[in-house]
Amino acid sequence: MIEFRAVTKRFDDGTIAVNNLDLVVEAGTITVFVGPSGCGKTTSLRMVNRMIDPSSGTILVDGKDILSVDPPMLRRGIGYVIQQAGLFPHRTVLDNVATVPLLSGWSRSKARGRAAELLELVGLPAELGKRYPVQLSGGQQQRVGVARALAADPPVLLMDEPFSAVDPVVREGLQDELLRLQAELDKTIVFVTHDIDEAVRIGEKVAVFREGGILAQYDRPAELLARPADDFVAHFVGKDRGYRSLSFVDASGVEVGAVPLVQVSEAVEPSGEWRLAVDDRRHPRGWLAPGTTVDGPLVEDVLKPGGSLFEVGQSIRGALDAALSSPSGLGVAVDAEGAVVGAVTATQVLAVIEGLRESRG
Amino acid sequence: MGDLVKYLGDAGTRGLILDMLLEHIYLSLLPLVISVVLAVALGWVCHRFGWFRGALLGAANIVYTVPSLALFAIIPAVIGTQVLDINNVVIALTVYTTALLTRPVSDALDAVPVQITAAATAMGFRPLRRFLTVELPLAVPVLFAGLRVGSVSNISLVSVGALIGTGGLGVLFTDGFRSRYLAPIIVGIVLTLLLALVVDGLLVALRQWLTPWNHIRGVKS
Ligand SMILES: Nc1ncnc2c1ncn2[C@@H]1O[C@H](COP(=O)(O)OP(=O)(O)O)[C@@H](O)[C@H]1O
Ligand SMILES: [Mg+2]
Repeated sequence: MIEFRAVTKRFDDGTIAVNNLDLVVEAGTITVFVGPSGCGKTTSLRMVNRMIDPSSGTILVDGKDILSVDPPMLRRGIGYVIQQAGLFPHRTVLDNVATVPLLSGWSRSKARGRAAELLELVGLPAELGKRYPVQLSGGQQQRVGVARALAADPPVLLMDEPFSAVDPVVREGLQDELLRLQAELDKTIVFVTHDIDEAVRIGEKVAVFREGGILAQYDRPAELLARPADDFVAHFVGKDRGYRSLSFVDASGVEVGAVPLVQVSEAVEPSGEWRLAVDDRRHPRGWLAPGTTVDGPLVEDVLKPGGSLFEVGQSIRGALDAALSSPSGLGVAVDAEGAVVGAVTATQVLAVIEGLRESRG
Repeated sequence: MGDLVKYLGDAGTRGLILDMLLEHIYLSLLPLVISVVLAVALGWVCHRFGWFRGALLGAANIVYTVPSLALFAIIPAVIGTQVLDINNVVIALTVYTTALLTRPVSDALDAVPVQITAAATAMGFRPLRRFLTVELPLAVPVLFAGLRVGSVSNISLVSVGALIGTGGLGVLFTDGFRSRYLAPIIVGIVLTLLLALVVDGLLVALRQWLTPWNHIRGVKS
């Protein structure tokens, strides 16, 4: 647990970077600090490992005032991951990961053994250990950064915009990886980002900061989207927050209906309705428009590309998006193997959303 | 050519030349080693304390403009050594090489990206260990660029020392000029050049060995 008690940071030039922050980061959760640039997120984070000392107020880590701990010792118990990873260019990947165990006095072979375990944990092949950081892609470097921060098994992990410099597809993969790791490791993680989507995606609690280092709202992501505390937060979480908040509603209330199917590579009768083409594993291949005549076996060229798919058990946002993006108006539901289960319409989904709103009062 | 064969044909002469060569190596490389230590310390001070930098680097520039012969002559007066003491040459060359190396070392330390030093601090390095194991290794390529210049310059400056009577291969030049005999001069030039080449080659090899990370190019996958 990390506790900020009336913490203020005023820099020498008079800038107030953090203003009277009171906040409790619960043990074993991912808490995200989010807000526009310059609102004091990095400063707040760096006060936890004493890279910056507060001007006033107290910070407790697991009940202990951090000012009473020797900074290098404090830091060896707190993992730290930054943008661009900050890896040592003159050390191999394995030695980078082994850094904190070595600092803590482990033998070289034991530290390297631990480092190899961590590379595996973050999903990197062992042979990357012999390379130098320049020989890795941005995403791989970021994984090494995470492995390095976890090497001494610290209870607390601080992450400052760790995924901001990688492209969106890689970023999403890294976010998933972090969530998977956290399910396994159960660390107390403080994660800084300026990206509200990233914040609501990975945060169990989200602290929204505003200019002047003021905490504007501290809540669960669903609450943040549903009930922003003020105009600043409402504006910051964005225009389509109503739609995005559907990510936190599960789609179990939506009844998946039947969908007419046709089989690729087989003969097809004419029909006046939309039909979904599937392959022999029942994976969707596209839609066959009403009135399309097919001579001989069905080929994929005549199909209209399908919309997004939603997996049964996922959020209602996925169900609605599947319906809205489908040329037939039918959102395709699939199971975990990707095989078609059925379809839903936008009207159906909206009725469920309305129902939930009314039942919530 | 016949002169040269005759000159080198004498075993006593060859023995003398070998002694001179060894002395030359000692006089030119000892200052190099000492000044690496000094320049790293002073470079760190410049890097760490900005206000000190201007003064120290200014002084280094001035030192560098003092002619070597004058420095060899001044040093006995300043520190009270004998005029013919070979330590004068060692000290003078140490001063030069330190003046030469301090700026690049300080610049190289300044050039270490802040996110790397910040990451080191955040992982729990204490300042001295961080300097020795993170910042200094990253400054090695620049340090060696300076060392290569310094080694060549020292090897040629040691010869100047012969004018005030210290040893080294420079004695071959003074002897040759005095007796108007070309052979020792040629031997002196050839050996000086060879020495400079061999030392430079060794420095390059040492740098490669110390910085394997510096020669691989990024193969982004
Ligand atoms: N060392 C410093 N000296 C003076 N002002 C600083 C310093 N570090 C940060 N600031 C200022 O403090 C404010 C908060 O900075 P920071 O915590 O880095 O914001 P964020 O991480 O949210 O972008 C900014 O106005 C920034 O300019
Ligand atoms: Mg920041």
